[in-house]
Amino acid sequence: MDLVIGEFMEYVVEMLNITKDFPGIRANDNITLQVKKGEIHALLGENGAGKSTLMSILFGLYQANSGTIKVQGKEVNIKNPNDANDMHIGMVHQHFKLVHNFTVAQNIVLGKEDVKHGFLNMDIAIEKIKNLSDQYKFNIDPNSLISDISVGMQQRVEILKMLYRDAEILIFDEPTAVLTPQEIEELMHIMKTMTKEGKSVILITHKLKEIKAVADRCSVLRKGKYIGTVSVKNTSIEKMAEMMVGRKVLFNVVKQDIKLGETILKVENLNMHNRDGKQVLKDVSFDVKAGEILCVAGIEGNGQNDLVEAITGLNPHYKGKISIHDHDITHYSIRKRTLTGMGHIPEDRHRHGLVLDFNLGENMILQSYFDKEFQNYGFLKFQAITDHTNDLIERFDIRSGRGEKTTARSMSGGNQQKAIVAREFDRNPDLMIAVQPTRGLDVGAIEYIHKQLVKLREENKAILLISLELDEVMSVSDRIVVMYEGEIVANVYPDVVTENELGLYMSGSKRGDM
Amino acid sequence: MKFFKKIYLKGMNRLGKFSKTDSGESILSVILAILAGILVGFLLMLIFVPRDAFGGLGIILTGAFQKGNESFGNFLYYASPLIVTGLSVGFAFKTGLFNIGATGQFTVGGFAAILVGVRWVSLPPTFHWVVAVLIAILVGAFWGLIPGLLKAFFNVHEVVSTIMLNYTAMYLVVLGVKKLVFNQDYSESLSVTSAAVIPKMGLDWLFPDSSVSGGFFLAIIAVIIIYIVLEKTTFGFQLKAVGYNKDAAKYAGINEKLNIIYSMLIAGGLSGLAGAIVFLSKSGAHISTTYSLMTQGFDGIAVALLGLSHPIGVFASGLFFGYIKNSGFYLQSLSFSKEVIGIIVATIIYFSALAMLFRNLVKKIFAKYGNSKGDDL
Repeated sequence: MDLVIGEFMEYVVEMLNITKDFPGIRANDNITLQVKKGEIHALLGENGAGKSTLMSILFGLYQANSGTIKVQGKEVNIKNPNDANDMHIGMVHQHFKLVHNFTVAQNIVLGKEDVKHGFLNMDIAIEKIKNLSDQYKFNIDPNSLISDISVGMQQRVEILKMLYRDAEILIFDEPTAVLTPQEIEELMHIMKTMTKEGKSVILITHKLKEIKAVADRCSVLRKGKYIGTVSVKNTSIEKMAEMMVGRKVLFNVVKQDIKLGETILKVENLNMHNRDGKQVLKDVSFDVKAGEILCVAGIEGNGQNDLVEAITGLNPHYKGKISIHDHDITHYSIRKRTLTGMGHIPEDRHRHGLVLDFNLGENMILQSYFDKEFQNYGFLKFQAITDHTNDLIERFDIRSGRGEKTTARSMSGGNQQKAIVAREFDRNPDLMIAVQPTRGLDVGAIEYIHKQLVKLREENKAILLISLELDEVMSVSDRIVVMYEGEIVANVYPDVVTENELGLYMSGSKRGDM
Repeated sequence: MKFFKKIYLKGMNRLGKFSKTDSGESILSVILAILAGILVGFLLMLIFVPRDAFGGLGIILTGAFQKGNESFGNFLYYASPLIVTGLSVGFAFKTGLFNIGATGQFTVGGFAAILVGVRWVSLPPTFHWVVAVLIAILVGAFWGLIPGLLKAFFNVHEVVSTIMLNYTAMYLVVLGVKKLVFNQDYSESLSVTSAAVIPKMGLDWLFPDSSVSGGFFLAIIAVIIIYIVLEKTTFGFQLKAVGYNKDAAKYAGINEKLNIIYSMLIAGGLSGLAGAIVFLSKSGAHISTTYSLMTQGFDGIAVALLGLSHPIGVFASGLFFGYIKNSGFYLQSLSFSKEVIGIIVATIIYFSALAMLFRNLVKKIFAKYGNSKGDDL
């Protein structure tokens, strides 16, 4: 008898033959997911493969059209997140759900407050939170305000929220998308500690390296269908990528040797202070030549964004000199810089890159609607816009439900990025500034963007790439400058520098010869 | 029976399909909101005067036809300024600004129109009303320009500055009326000379005895111009880009400050025009010297909400509001007191403006219908 129960208990969560339809699309098609107790189970798939839908069903946000869910061997019906909570299922969402002007402890108890004579009693909660924090080495102060702590710490608050509710099954939705490399390492350590305590983790991600580093088994979804479950130890990254994308993926960027041309972008002695008076750029000087991909590496928040804002003119409050083709653009407006031959793939595609409520066609002319090609005496030429958009859709393989008329908001992240890339590349600028162009994208889309950047390089354009991902820095760039606290601390070449050495530059422990 | 069921299913599938497009969902939710508003108005009538409730509902639904051409003309008369103030608020909405100041702009515009209409008698009579309308637009635009400048250069929120300017406008205009165009007998502004009244432009021939004037045509022209500006020009493209996403507009090199100023300037001008339409009429609209805000500008907010800020939508919702207001006038023939009529009309109007709330209901009702699979029924 004990043996039978033991076998039943092997799977802590079973989702069997789950199917979920949305109007016009089948998001989950007969998907089965079985999670063992005490394992880290990765759920791998490209954007739009149905990972989030499946997890939302488990968390009670959606109801499946058909299929069964078993928790701890018992068949259950999860109608809403409260049911999920009662079954000890917890979820850390990709976008945190925290009240910013509440303290850590207040956020954690929210909805489950201890009450004494009708008054809120935080002491018990704070004690419990402290214990949990010590147990998992979270190093978090229950009394600090959410708005005062880092993104990595905020994520820990979300995790604490689950632990506080005695969650046994923890779902992480793309948890590393917002973290620095160090924070990622710490998070992985936390996950491992939790599984050692007998908890089970479901990790939604499309980052293969992380799966390899931390997961025990991995289930792969593609276009709403279940592809298979593999043991991570015995499966290569290439194999998992192939399962996810449905074809072989090139991880190495193929580049031809080309001769560097004239200097396109020249930045001299750039200095900038932010609103609080802190110096964010200190005497930054560098140049980018035609046919060169210069990568600015560094840990987030070391002045890369300020540098981009200065060069593109988004923030004109700087001292120094910026020129393109020996043409001083220091005092140019944003529009004038764009027209001088500057393309810009911004870091935040929702904030800067697209007007989400515009349709694809309108977004495609965002940088050129005033051009003679698209307007006549101030009146838009709609036929020209349609033709132009259809041309870009075809050339850059942008996929959208209703073509030109698709609202940008309804497109997938990868295709939104493709749309921005198409718009910026098509203007044929001499200098392309790409800020984390592959952030949050899946393998297929990353490969695509890298190919496009290399193609631009072969057309003898200058490319300034800002990236936080060491892999990307090493594989794409021709030359690397490292920024630390607003200064350029190293100028190195990817074929002679090691990742380790780059890490030392980035953390400020080493300075190179300039 | 089977035949009717088939027709019903076919109809629901059509609507279901319609409800799944962007504009279809909006339009259906607006219609539901209006029906709900009328239902609530009916319930109120049942509570206040049960025996007249059904009669009252009938009058509300058929108000524009109570007295033939006259009542229909009056319906258009009520609708004209509502369309234009709705356009003012809706236009600002489209560009990301909440113009609560329509009332103030309306007030100063109306005062300017009266001032020109009473004082500038030396103007050639043919152009008198044209000049009065243009001055009203300019003064309204100036009143919109102030919050625009404050927002663009000092980041003062337009809701705060326009509310304050509403009161400034009210006190300033009362003072102006008393000093410049005061009719002591009635404690209100003097009547404008007949040359300053907006001509009927043939509407008197269609709707004799009603108060409707060429102002209705001015409203239609305003709708067409704003539609073209927003939907067809690069200028409108810029304005909308700034409205939907200020950061992306800046990234694309659009001068967002300038566009905020333009937007408020135009919104103010529209409200000023509405003021001219109301006060340059023969039916004797006057500015009284009591210290109370005029409500037309606030009605504009409701009109814009119901019309989803789209020029064509605003035109339709302005007509609807005018229709209900006009019907309220004829409710007096039953035993409803004036205040109750005011409450009923306001309830219908403001309930209708909550179209957003009905979006989910639309989704629920039509969830079963019009899916790709159900097409071949």
